[in-house]
Amino acid sequence: MAFASPHITAYAVEATEYPDLARRYRVTGVPKTVVNETVEILGALPEPDFVTQALSEFTMKDGN
Amino acid sequence: MSLITPADQTKLTEAFADLTRSVTLLFFTQTLDCETCLQTRQILDELPPLSGRIAIEEVNFVLEKDKAAQYGIDRVPAIAVVYDEAGERRDSRIRFLGAPAGYEFVSLIQAVLLAGGRSSNLSAPSLAHLAAVDKPVTMQVFTTPT
Repeated sequence: MAFASPHITAYAVEATEYPDLARRYRVTGVPKTVVNETVEILGALPEPDFVTQALSEFTMKDGN
Repeated sequence: MSLITPADQTKLTEAFADLTRSVTLLFFTQTLDCETCLQTRQILDELPPLSGRIAIEEVNFVLEKDKAAQYGIDRVPAIAVVYDEAGERRDSRIRFLGAPAGYEFVSLIQAVLLAGGRSSNLSAPSLAHLAAVDKPVTMQVFTTPT
């Protein structure tokens, strides 16, 4: 996704090596995705659902 | 001794044969107080022998703070995936925090293939959605090694 959009930066974080980050983002299971500190997705989703959930807040609305 | 089995080395060599761009893994590291930096270096060193298009570039996290800031790296070990296009270094904006062991290694290989010119595996609707993103987005995906 980062490769497909110049606005997106993606970090793969090894949770056991960085317990401070895991705590800060309340990582209780993996994979857990945190988008801009606000959107949280726990578990793996089918690609279209994942993309929609992760990005809907950061996307131009239709008609704009 | 290699960390990758001969069979996997063969598979990776075949996959990397499709690379059309040179990929550099910027490896942010420090000598002291870094439990997994050495392990990360050992994992990364497995890749360049499998493809002339893959290079590792070590960045001293203590001495090269500007470069760390440029790539948004605030801890080590960390990897930023960059590539060459039209003679210029481009940032894939894909990062790995922590040693890329276990399943993370698979993700790292995918990132190398993508930066190296493989087309995206995402569906057309997803790519359209991504094209509509107009604000800075930082995604953090937390995983464990197994």
